[in-house]
Amino acid sequence: MAPTILRVEGYGKQFQLHEQRKRIPSSHNVHFTVRAGELTALIGPTGAGKSSVLKGVYRTYLPSAGRILYRDARGHELDLALASEHQILELRRREIGFVTQFLHCLPRQATLDVVAQPLFTLGVARPEARRRAAELLSAMHLPERLWSISPAMFSGGERQRVNLARGFIAKPRLLLLDEPTASLDPITAECVIDLITGLKAEGAALLAIFHHPETIRRLADQVIELALPPVVEECLEDAA
Amino acid sequence: MNQVLQVRNLGKIYGPGCPHCFESTGPEAHTNLCPHCDSVIAIHDVSLDLHEGEILGIMGESGSGKSTVVKALYFDQAPSAGEAIFFDAEKQHALFNLNTAQQRWLRNFRFGMVYQHPHQGLNFNITAGGNIAERLLMSDLMDYNAIRARAKALLTRMEVLLSRIDDRPKNFSGGMQQRVQIAKALATRPPLLFLDEVTSGLDLSVQARILDLILEIQQELKTAMIVVTHDLGVIRLLTGRAIVMKYGRVIEAGLTDQILEDPQHAYTQQLVASAL
Repeated sequence: MAPTILRVEGYGKQFQLHEQRKRIPSSHNVHFTVRAGELTALIGPTGAGKSSVLKGVYRTYLPSAGRILYRDARGHELDLALASEHQILELRRREIGFVTQFLHCLPRQATLDVVAQPLFTLGVARPEARRRAAELLSAMHLPERLWSISPAMFSGGERQRVNLARGFIAKPRLLLLDEPTASLDPITAECVIDLITGLKAEGAALLAIFHHPETIRRLADQVIELALPPVVEECLEDAA
Repeated sequence: MNQVLQVRNLGKIYGPGCPHCFESTGPEAHTNLCPHCDSVIAIHDVSLDLHEGEILGIMGESGSGKSTVVKALYFDQAPSAGEAIFFDAEKQHALFNLNTAQQRWLRNFRFGMVYQHPHQGLNFNITAGGNIAERLLMSDLMDYNAIRARAKALLTRMEVLLSRIDDRPKNFSGGMQQRVQIAKALATRPPLLFLDEVTSGLDLSVQARILDLILEIQQELKTAMIVVTHDLGVIRLLTGRAIVMKYGRVIEAGLTDQILEDPQHAYTQQLVASAL
């Protein structure tokens, strides 16, 4: 069997909103493993904390409970919930990618450079990085006339492709995907599915949320169903 | 990644200070003015680490002490407490144990500072090119032609028209003054750069260009930077990690996306929630 690179054990997340004196549960007692060369799909009703799991793994959220054990390229295992900020940044640079539904980029930056960015930070020469960005953007049918302008004014579907290309370009070992095909037309969605299949074949592990059951059926090697966390919006006791 | 800077327990008090200063001030006390001795506790117990090529954000409202931190590190103001170690290749410098000459040497050769107000960082009575030359002369470069060539290259890099090289910065627009100031700060290719509210008060489009240039430079030169700002947009676009300050104390530190999406402290939650 393919090696396990991520083990999530009892992940839980709740938000403590001080102003409203509330605790909002987001994920509760989540367990699963992710293997290299496979796609693990997270499913469940809205509010079951699917995105919260991805954000916990990427450490955009600080987990409230559980362990997130990641085995890195050198074979060392570390708990992402406890890793230092510099360790996380280094993993984000070299091994763990995240494609969200949002695109934050500099207002003036050309699309080609937005996509090539992860390679720039890895020290790949700019012409080579841009060449690979161009390759990916053609594969995703993003019209060449858009490459030199900023994605800030793109449509949702165009922006989503830029986002995906940026997530794919550095070939991360672990790629987190949050509804990456949600705003794509069927033809482009098909290209993205091909690219994901390609990444899997090259040994990448993927942890993904998909909108369409059909996409899950075609791509997922494993499906993890999340349940709604128990509804306890308890009031905090401290009356600060 | 190599560590560039280690700051521990940095403090700055204006006034005589008394044994009650620290317990009577800070975020819980909602003030940085000590009620017992009228001292201002500008910063207290600030610690941070910075690695090569990393951009760290210091965010907070005015009066939170965020600028005081960089001013202490750049030797603009001597701190009252704490230590800072600057790791420069194989050498380590304990910043606050150095004599004035050694501090001046670091300022000229190894650090760069870009202030919010261009007149703080630029000499308005000499030309843009002269401002850069001044900094190069203080370091190692002595040859006129080499200095001129370096000044031109820097101004071009910062997108300042070369036809303006012999104009005085007081006749420049705010955005252009800021670009000249950055060019001057970068003249000696310092491994550590401080940026204090550098885009505040500029038009949004001008702001975007400057942020873009800062990021490009960080990638090209692997410059480590500390960016002080109250602007969450600047924090999100430029920094990988950030610390949040209030009434002179660090109340939260973390990865920038984590601070913006999962802020832990009540004050940070309020700050993020009220951003446009």
